[in-house]
Amino acid sequence: MRDLLDDIDTWRSEGVGVAIARVVDLEGSGPREPGAAMAVNERGEVAGSVSGGCVEGAVVTEALEVLRTGERKVVSFGYSDDEAFAVGLTCGGTIHLYLEPLDW
Amino acid sequence: MSGGIYDRLAAAVRAERPVALATVVSGPGTGGKLLVAPDEEPLGTLGNPDLDRVVARDALGELAAGTTGIRHYGERGEAREATVAVFIESFAPPPRMFVFGAVDFTAALVKVAKVLGYRVTVCDAREVFATRTRFPEADEVVVDWPHRLLDRVGPTLTPRDVICVLTHDAKFDVPALSAALRTEAGYIGAMGSRRTHADRTRRLREAGVDQAGLDRIRSPIGLDIGARTPEETAVSICAEIIADRNGRTDVRPLRTTEGPIHGPAGPALTGR
Repeated sequence: MRDLLDDIDTWRSEGVGVAIARVVDLEGSGPREPGAAMAVNERGEVAGSVSGGCVEGAVVTEALEVLRTGERKVVSFGYSDDEAFAVGLTCGGTIHLYLEPLDW
Repeated sequence: MSGGIYDRLAAAVRAERPVALATVVSGPGTGGKLLVAPDEEPLGTLGNPDLDRVVARDALGELAAGTTGIRHYGERGEAREATVAVFIESFAPPPRMFVFGAVDFTAALVKVAKVLGYRVTVCDAREVFATRTRFPEADEVVVDWPHRLLDRVGPTLTPRDVICVLTHDAKFDVPALSAALRTEAGYIGAMGSRRTHADRTRRLREAGVDQAGLDRIRSPIGLDIGARTPEETAVSICAEIIADRNGRTDVRPLRTTEGPIHGPAGPALTGR
């Protein structure tokens, strides 16, 4: 979160909506610990990261959805053996992300 | 949602003041927030005053330990219920590194330590060496005897903090290390050749340091990666600090080991 503050401030001063995704739980192997965070604005610009690059693309999609609907949610990403193109962590772990609009 | 929480959170994080943010991530009142800081009234609500009270207490505990994670409660904060999942995120101030001895190795170590998120203090009694210009990346440069600085700040050190003694001059090293051992610092290392190490160990014994104290000092400092330059040595030292923190006592290449690659999720070394 610490490293997102400057970008978030810039976006908010421009009046652009911002959603925040935070790693809240981790099972098995994972690259980032709970607390790792990523911010996405309604233009699709990104600050920070929540994995080693495995799921960031999908998180942007989810975050834009959150900005559109205003709905808060938990999204999980795990390793999927049989779906070569599915989004997941290649390290074999599962991460649970909490996404919400920055309206607080 | 309660307004203004983000601004308060951002201000505290920027000022490196300890603060914890609790968020209901599932269950009734999802999205509810409580911002908790030591000696301050919590800001916001999770939707129930009893739940707020219990979570505020737990959040201060997480903050003191520097940990972040999910806790479950009943709607009114009941233990052993799991209606509400609350994510408690600690924003502890960065861990501190004290580097004693203003030498070339110090400049390189400061750089690497800053990358890892430490708040770094360089200290040397020699005014000509301990200057801001020589250590622009350091958060603080102090001209004083290391043991005198430690006598002042020592009581505030925690197991997240580290002390690196790079002077390799017995007249500084011995009092500095003796003072370091009186702190709760999680890592204490001392630079020097094998010969310096042997001589220093003898002098520390004479100064009254017992075997447990000697065992606590990482000396010669660093991992055995064949480091030669100041920069390589800085990497070797920081690698040892990380390994120590994660309880990796016998460090080997990952390709020769099995088991989890990442350390246990615990107090983070770096600010996130």
